[in-house]
Amino acid sequence: MLGNGFHKAFENRTRLGIMSVLSVNEKLDFNALKAYLKATDGNLASHLKALEKEDFIRFEKQFVERKPNTAYYITQAGKDAFAAHINALEQLIQSQRGV
Amino acid sequence: MNKNQDYISDIAAIRMMMERSSKFLSLSGWAGVMAGLYALVGAYLAHQLVGFVPPKTLLTVVDPTETGFLFSVAIAIAVLLFSILTAAYLSQRRAERKGESIRNSSSKQMLRYMSTPLVAGGLLTIILLLQGLAAFAAPLTLLFYGLSLFNASQFTFNELRYLGILLITLGLASVLLPHLGLLFWAIGFGLLHIVYGVYIHMKYQR
Repeated sequence: MLGNGFHKAFENRTRLGIMSVLSVNEKLDFNALKAYLKATDGNLASHLKALEKEDFIRFEKQFVERKPNTAYYITQAGKDAFAAHINALEQLIQSQRGV
Repeated sequence: MNKNQDYISDIAAIRMMMERSSKFLSLSGWAGVMAGLYALVGAYLAHQLVGFVPPKTLLTVVDPTETGFLFSVAIAIAVLLFSILTAAYLSQRRAERKGESIRNSSSKQMLRYMSTPLVAGGLLTIILLLQGLAAFAAPLTLLFYGLSLFNASQFTFNELRYLGILLITLGLASVLLPHLGLLFWAIGFGLLHIVYGVYIHMKYQR
């Protein structure tokens, strides 16, 4: 933890990407996430798992045209933590600009 | 300083991901220009070759089996089909060049929100045309197409909203002046599409 709203779960571009994409989409399945983030299956899966463990995102299994499909969505805790992280980033940039 | 650069690029990456995943930005400006040209050619053909003149009042009933009338409807349908095919083809090419696909969640959302008012308006227009109420065609197609663009604009370029509002306004105005229906239709589907397409191309896609 870095304090001031920074969260170490977001210190990675793929995780930052997952949070960004899920914060503006109600739900997205694995393949949609993969296409937006241009990540490999294994890489994406491990970052999704890490964010799930923090309870920043959750998933639900559903059937789309009779095929099983995993849809990911952001939790309220995830929204709050991500907003705090962006705030911290912006404040840091502001403060360094002032110097 | 280096660290600060990282933060700035983090913010930039977040912003880009949010936009790319919520907006369909491969919609080609040229598609708008082409759709406008098809509409102008269509309006010209209907007017010059077929001699289509909109009825003087909204409630004038024309014979729906009359050849000039049928040709005009066929021309309108052809303009619609060519416009859709061109938009799909040009957008596909733009997306491919950027290494993206036109079949993503934002394009699907856009089509879903766009098609609902469009299909409703299309069906209503067909029903009224079958009863010979030809003067409703221009106002209703303009109005419902404007609504569908207004709806779709949340998932693509914001400017589409203004095109939608202009088309809705033209649609309502043409209810008051039914004898100028073809002119309103040519302005809305022809001229405005071309202006919009050139604007999007110059602003975002050069």
